Amino acid sequence: MVTLVLPTILAEVAGGRTEFALSGVNSVRAALDDLAGRYPILGRRLRDERGRLRRYVNVYVDGDDVRRREGLDTAVAEGQEILVIQSVAGG
Amino acid sequence: MELGVNSDREKAGAVDELLAFLMHPTLARLVPACSDMHMENPRYLLAIGTKKGLWLATSTDRRAWDLSEPQFLMQEIPAIGIDTREGRNRLLVGVRSEHFGPTVVHSDDLGATWTEPERASIAFAEGDDAAVERIWQILPDSEERPDVVWAGVQPISLWKSTDGGETFELNRGLWEHPDKSDWGAGYGGAAAHSIIPDKQDSQLLHVAMSTGGVYRSRNGGESWERASKGISAYFLPDPEPEMGQCVHKIAADADGRLYAQNHRGVFRSDNQGEKWISIAEGLPADFGFVMLTHPRRSGTAWVIPLVSDYERVAPEGHLAVHRTDDAGETWHKFDDGLPAKDFNVVLRDAAAVDDGDPAGVYFGTRGGSVYASGDEGESFVEVASRLPDVLCVRAAVLHSGGAAG
Repeated sequence: MVTLVLPTILAEVAGGRTEFALSGVNSVRAALDDLAGRYPILGRRLRDERGRLRRYVNVYVDGDDVRRREGLDTAVAEGQEILVIQSVAGG
Repeated sequence: MELGVNSDREKAGAVDELLAFLMHPTLARLVPACSDMHMENPRYLLAIGTKKGLWLATSTDRRAWDLSEPQFLMQEIPAIGIDTREGRNRLLVGVRSEHFGPTVVHSDDLGATWTEPERASIAFAEGDDAAVERIWQILPDSEERPDVVWAGVQPISLWKSTDGGETFELNRGLWEHPDKSDWGAGYGGAAAHSIIPDKQDSQLLHVAMSTGGVYRSRNGGESWERASKGISAYFLPDPEPEMGQCVHKIAADADGRLYAQNHRGVFRSDNQGEKWISIAEGLPADFGFVMLTHPRRSGTAWVIPLVSDYERVAPEGHLAVHRTDDAGETWHKFDDGLPAKDFNVVLRDAAAVDDGDPAGVYFGTRGGSVYASGDEGESFVEVASRLPDVLCVRAAVLHSGGAAG
């Protein structure tokens, strides 16, 4: 199982939940695809229609920012945690 | 911003707490709670889109207004359409979160509840290699085309809905126009910001973009031609080019005559954009963002002049509305009810008319003040003050039984 944690503010478009145990996913992309299949509105909050992560959405795998690794292709393995955080931005 | 925490999980929790504090859940939810508007059977609705949320105001006489609590707090509202065709009271709203992107939602109960379709209303296809950045314009078409709604979007694109605004299709004629690579971005971004479907001829359409100018279609949007001749572009080597102008807003009067507030210059076209002529004489300045036209009376238009592009404030720091009733031959200044000094700008969509009789005129400033006139712009009352920057206002005469959420 891979655990994916969302910010609270997105719970309303994720069936009221912020934590998901995902099976059969081996990359960040696969994990986000899995969730977007179940919650399409959540899917487009995180990625635009080109499939790119939105600029101020940050994703970490066991503490590493995926933008500094292989982006959405960053691998995830059993027991790892994917953390989605919105960056502090705006005025 | 340093949060003073260590692990990512702690950091996420701290950011969450901060955002939860800033965005009170009952206000920030995308499907917001009913606000505490009490007016029963209001006749007029004024929707105010700001940098940080949507406010709704209602009135029975356009002088006393009830203002709602904010909805979509902390999300910008750059586009609003109010669809009153065929007995509807539908609000269509372009919402944009700095974090989570743009979307379109609608409400059929004046903001008590909102619906966001599972499938994005406006989204590029995979092969377009583009993503919607901001919805700039939502425009219900005429009574004769009751299910058609238009949207103008950043990046520069035009979209058409034939189901009342639930789903939109990209206009490929404009998206694939040969001039596209020459279109640029004004300060606010590159968008199709004005859409003018002709009231009589369903095949005739005009759009305007910054920068790019005015384009016209005579075949319902299948193909587009330049329609900016005569509009100046002093910032280009050729000051009167065929395209590339920074047109800020266009509008059409009841007879289909077109009016443009340009980046320096106020113009009119009597021949569907074939040629534009200056109508700036008589105005204190020819810069500004607003262009409004009367819903029924030909020749009547309103502008809100600013000194110039290098001095973006009202002349002498005094906001005033200028109206012509003879298609720009003469202008009359109105400022009754407006503050003696206000150095805030009125953005292109932060002004609107309703279809009342007499027509109502509304505008909001980047300083968060909103004004309403029930007498065609001759006198104003303040509806709201100290809101976030006003990006968009739209107003309508409601069908009976309307109750704001």
